[in-house]
Amino acid sequence: MSGGQSLSTSPGTWLIKGARPLGGDPADILIRDGVIDSIGDGPAPAGAQVLDAGGLIALPGLVDLHTHLREPGREDAETVETGTRAAALGGFTAVHAMANTDPVADTAGVVEQIWRLGRQAGHCDVHPIGAVTVGLAGTRLAELGAMAESPARVRVFSDDGRCVSDAVLMRRALEYVKAFDGVIAQHAQEPRLTEGAQLNEGEMSGRLGLTGWPAVAEEAVIARDCLLTAHVGSALHVCHVSTAGSVEIIRWAKSKGWRVTAEVTPHHLLLTDSLAAGYDPVYKVNPPLRTAADVAALREGLADGTIDCVATDHAPHPVEDKETEWDTAAFGMTGLETALRVVQEAMVDTGLLDWAGVADRMSRRPARIGRLPGPEGALAAGLPASLALYDAAARDTVDPRAHASRSRNSPFGGMELPGRVVATFLRGTPTVLDGKLA
Amino acid sequence: MNRHLISAADLSRDDALLILDTADELARMADRPIKKLPTLRGRTVVNLFFEDSTRTRISFEAAAKRLSADVINFSAKGSSVAKGESLKDTALTLEAMGADAVVIRHSASGAAHRLAGWVRGTVVNAGDGAHEHPTQALLDAFTIRRKFGRPVGEGLDGLRVTIVGDVLHSRVARSNVLLLTTLGAEVTLVAPPTLLPVAVGSWPCSVGYDFDAAVPKSDVVMMLRVQQERMKAAYFPSVREYSRRYGLDGTRMAQLPEQAIVMHPGPMNRGVEIAAEVADSPRSTIVEQVANGVSVRMAVLYLLLGGAEAQS
Repeated sequence: MSGGQSLSTSPGTWLIKGARPLGGDPADILIRDGVIDSIGDGPAPAGAQVLDAGGLIALPGLVDLHTHLREPGREDAETVETGTRAAALGGFTAVHAMANTDPVADTAGVVEQIWRLGRQAGHCDVHPIGAVTVGLAGTRLAELGAMAESPARVRVFSDDGRCVSDAVLMRRALEYVKAFDGVIAQHAQEPRLTEGAQLNEGEMSGRLGLTGWPAVAEEAVIARDCLLTAHVGSALHVCHVSTAGSVEIIRWAKSKGWRVTAEVTPHHLLLTDSLAAGYDPVYKVNPPLRTAADVAALREGLADGTIDCVATDHAPHPVEDKETEWDTAAFGMTGLETALRVVQEAMVDTGLLDWAGVADRMSRRPARIGRLPGPEGALAAGLPASLALYDAAARDTVDPRAHASRSRNSPFGGMELPGRVVATFLRGTPTVLDGKLA
Repeated sequence: MNRHLISAADLSRDDALLILDTADELARMADRPIKKLPTLRGRTVVNLFFEDSTRTRISFEAAAKRLSADVINFSAKGSSVAKGESLKDTALTLEAMGADAVVIRHSASGAAHRLAGWVRGTVVNAGDGAHEHPTQALLDAFTIRRKFGRPVGEGLDGLRVTIVGDVLHSRVARSNVLLLTTLGAEVTLVAPPTLLPVAVGSWPCSVGYDFDAAVPKSDVVMMLRVQQERMKAAYFPSVREYSRRYGLDGTRMAQLPEQAIVMHPGPMNRGVEIAAEVADSPRSTIVEQVANGVSVRMAVLYLLLGGAEAQS
């Protein structure tokens, strides 16, 4: 589907035959007028298009809380059009576009522009995230209220890429968003402890001579922010948790009943800092890849619900920003087109999470944290027909050159992963069919 | 042996001994009136230096020329690199010019690894950031072996080597820990805790904070250069305090065993990590290290470029 057409396309009637909702028993899903009409079995109504989904798993449309679409400003890396194509191919029906664009998404005007670009592209919903501070500069609050009241209805605010390290400013932001049920999504990185930092501080950084990025630089900020959140009675979302210590702190904060949520990226669930041994910057990311012990703690945290959701931190970069020395390369990895497959590898095939759990961590909970209107994140009659059909038995080697993202910086390139997104529906309209854009 | 020399970890004990033994043979040539061998005639060696390092560059240049190679010196300053050319494009340019070997010095750790992925020729790491400087370690091992009268074919088994100073930022320390332990030496690192990597406990060596305790148990003391800017970043309170606790002065030198030697990769900060009376003492091998550097680098180029094969 090319840009701009989807809004005028009539969703029509679809009968998805034999899919397994949330990995359960096979059933037929009837979609009519953009809504799930029924889940059960029965003959196809006249005029319905029939999709044989025997053996496929049906999941509610995935929701990403952390996507860098790069537009406006870095259209050489990604655009709303290419990024949302990648999202649809990954089974997503909604993404949250991070604010670190150029210009920064720190005004109602910019967030509204991004929201409209998403509507025009039509591959998935685009919910802009607003910057917490003007220009991400960390000195004064952006007009959070204006962004909240714009047509983009911004509820998640983040200076992602930079940490709101000033404790007073963080306190004010947390307090201020209470007026419109907002949430501050913090990129937890103590700036002084990470000056020039390149790789998780540990055995690998020491051996490779790369400036260390200590776990405490993340954990100290998370601990402070949890305490601030409790003090002012607001809501905190912790971006891309990467250390075992962070999981412990969040588990403790949740045990107090504080309104703290957290996300983990697919790459932190699967990859470790040992991959940096060859100095290939495709493995350079912020926060950095950590150790196998951290990976195990993150998986456990996601399984027990301490970590609420998986968020991709899809961060496309052009080739020249990665084909350099490690120190000068850009931080970030693409992830939309591989997220569900990585989660299957790390969480499902290891027995840590079932498909209902995947639906919870990749759809229901991120939708709630994002304060999305409407009951996204479930499969039931009467709900909008936003869903993904997934073949968990498929398996192949990831080829970033085949990705719809404009960038190729996938750390999973050359890895064999399970699974294949076969189809994605957005409110009854297919955005992906047979693994290709519809 | 690998095609490249990027890390001392690439060298097995046999590889390292072959380099040292070859260097020994080549060193004898240095005493002849005509120092040149025709071995690498027609081969091109590029010295690609992104960091100023006159002594290392000259050492590699002398080594290549004594083997009759054509030498191209490419310094980043005032070149296309200064105009923003990427390392990859520089590599492709050198490749197109037919470089058989590229000797690279770069401020970024891993630059030699990256280069090796972009050129077909041999890459020799002449120092990459805080990562490694394998030919420095080879020349240090060569110097130690000679000073202790170990014959060709033998390693450094049983010798106690103490490396003192800014281990955290030192490529010399990393390469020496790897190579000297491969050759059988017992290595101890001594530094203020701020200048040691947090996971140094996983390295194949001992670690201590007390220089005085280590001195009498050292056959070799290797002093590392300490940069003034480390003080500004609060790694230690003052140059004077550093010098008192971790500098090698005459008093400490007097506590060394009789046969012990003092090494320094240069350039020295006299009066900071090493006192002038130590640097100029008979125990000091600093000038010898420089001379040995040429022989060892000749051996490396000879072996990596298949010198024997080219000759036939």
